[in-house]
Amino acid sequence: MSYFRAHVLVCAGTPCMLKGAGAVKDALCREMERAGLQEEIRVVETGCLGPCDDGPVIVVYPEGVMYSKLKPEDMSRIVQQHLLKGRVVEELVYRPEKGKTKPVVSLEDQGYLDRQYRVVLRNCGRIDPDSIEEYIANGGYEALGKALTGMTPEQVVETVKASGLRGRGGAGFPTGLKWSFTAPITADQKYIICNADEGEPGTFKDRLILEGDPHSVIEAMAIAGYAVGADKGIIYIRGEYHLSIERLQRAAARAREMGLLGKDIFGTGFNFDVEIRTGAGAYVCGEETALIESLEGKRGEPRLKPPYPGVAGLWGKPTVVNNVETLANIPPIILKGAEWFRSIGTERTPGTKVFTMLGDIANQGLIEVPMGITLREVIYGVGGGIPNGRGFKLAQTGGTSGGCLPKEFLDLPMDYDTLAEAGSALGSGALLVIDDSHCIVDVLRSFMKFFQHESCGQCTPCREGTYRLYELFSALADGKAGQDVVKLIKELSQAMQLSSLCGLGQSAPNGVVTALKYFEDEILRHAAGECPAGVCRALTTASRAV
Amino acid sequence: MPVNSATERKKSLRQVIAEHNSDPGALLDILREAQEIHGYLSTAVMEEIADQLGIPVSRVYGVATFYTLLATEPKGKHIIRVCESPPCHIRGAVNILETLQEVLGVNPGETTEDKKFTLELTSCLGVCGVAPAMMIGDQVYGNLTPERVKEILKTYE
Repeated sequence: MSYFRAHVLVCAGTPCMLKGAGAVKDALCREMERAGLQEEIRVVETGCLGPCDDGPVIVVYPEGVMYSKLKPEDMSRIVQQHLLKGRVVEELVYRPEKGKTKPVVSLEDQGYLDRQYRVVLRNCGRIDPDSIEEYIANGGYEALGKALTGMTPEQVVETVKASGLRGRGGAGFPTGLKWSFTAPITADQKYIICNADEGEPGTFKDRLILEGDPHSVIEAMAIAGYAVGADKGIIYIRGEYHLSIERLQRAAARAREMGLLGKDIFGTGFNFDVEIRTGAGAYVCGEETALIESLEGKRGEPRLKPPYPGVAGLWGKPTVVNNVETLANIPPIILKGAEWFRSIGTERTPGTKVFTMLGDIANQGLIEVPMGITLREVIYGVGGGIPNGRGFKLAQTGGTSGGCLPKEFLDLPMDYDTLAEAGSALGSGALLVIDDSHCIVDVLRSFMKFFQHESCGQCTPCREGTYRLYELFSALADGKAGQDVVKLIKELSQAMQLSSLCGLGQSAPNGVVTALKYFEDEILRHAAGECPAGVCRALTTASRAV
Repeated sequence: MPVNSATERKKSLRQVIAEHNSDPGALLDILREAQEIHGYLSTAVMEEIADQLGIPVSRVYGVATFYTLLATEPKGKHIIRVCESPPCHIRGAVNILETLQEVLGVNPGETTEDKKFTLELTSCLGVCGVAPAMMIGDQVYGNLTPERVKEILKTYE
């Protein structure tokens, strides 16, 4: 193997690629060739580093200098100054807090990552996701080896249980407990399903985990298979996630070639393989029983529970369904132990959480922070605050099915339980920040438009409820709502929360219910024909005409 | 890529079904591949699939109309999917949609007269870091402005 004196990692995650990372990489390679550096310095495509808003991003190692907002024409300077002469090109270095503090000169020891704690994203932006060798060199497949050769399946389940890991897909159900339902059942076939049908608006963590570190999920599925006695794994991934699908397919093929998937893994007699199946565009398939229906070639309509999938899932067989981020936590837990995992995060929710920050926030992108961090720390710390001199209006945690939290909640520690108590949810970790230029009615109408489209139509409260809520908020925005509208919205929301069949209908009104609590006045003023933010066109034009 | 002659299309559909061992459990995959061959899922195609798999046409139709990536109507050459989920909405997706409607002269769900573009709305594409976003075919475009949308459309002329 040849030796390189430096490595340049080019983020090849979807957001950076959309911002022109391909052209930047081509220009970099051209300039390096011109300078005769191609034998000394290696260019590697890697996974997401986080600051998607400031892409394309590259990192030069060994120093760990991160450059952002790059254009192809910047590459000659980076090659001439940094790679040839060792001088950092200050103007191009990433600055998390725009214009305020020093740029991030070393990714490793200061600035951007020091507020973050990377467990799930341990390899994203550090290794080439297409290289199983690099994954292994960073401790990859060691956890699988440890589990298969040094632990009984019961010990694996116990370790995950003791770690306190909770499902990162949204519901926060304890993962070890889920495994312990399936493990003792005797069946001729069991399945491990990785739920990669990421559809919650504002969530793109699973996409970037799979693009940046596909092996971490494959390894975890094999560990889960060993723990519960399943030899078949299925990754159900959104059909729109082309890059993730390609990388997963390549990763699975390489793992198979190296004997890390397939028959008799590590000579222990344990067999496990994964299959990659793609969805066809239905948000509800993120619900685990709907996902299973879809895998069976049917409409993705949720099943009645019980029986739970752990007992009777795919084709009626015991099935463990885990989210991508949940699985990515498994190898480090097996390697470093439950105690280590419990030392991160909060008592009730140990570990870290990957958040996607978006909306009216300076640094949109992906971060991983310990559970229990406050909204304020995320928004005004890592997030860089609210741009354009606007004020904070609300944050919606947990994606579109989460609640709207006003500024009184900025110091709330974020984990599953505290957010649920506040009427919101940690959910998938999407954090949508909305500034004071927006109108609450317009925002809620957009939430309900989403749900009325994505409701599968199976149960009445959700099918009719989402549609009627959309209608009511449209009427408010158009100045056609009656005075009793708030009462109607409240009743309808409550009926949906209590009587919908699955999580979609039960959580669809969360945003509405919390908004009624904290922004009731603004909603009522719409019923009186006025939009205080001046967003609802029908109302603003009406007041101008007066 | 849609296959050209009608007999070839019929042949390759049979092949697809055979490759999946006429298993109704693989219906979603069969429909997706049938759509690649035919461009969309016509009643005739759905009847053929139902017949080969030994299941009612109603079940095939039910599945075909459930998923947004499956189409039961003919579509234009390029399908434009505009994300209108809340994160894109906050960042001005309404202007993007209005620009597309204005330039193409169609509403969501409709196809241009020259059969070149079908305009559709989609739920979150998972590229919120570069919102507002849309997809044309397999290609995702982010950080859209009305001007950029017009430029992008020109590249499909």
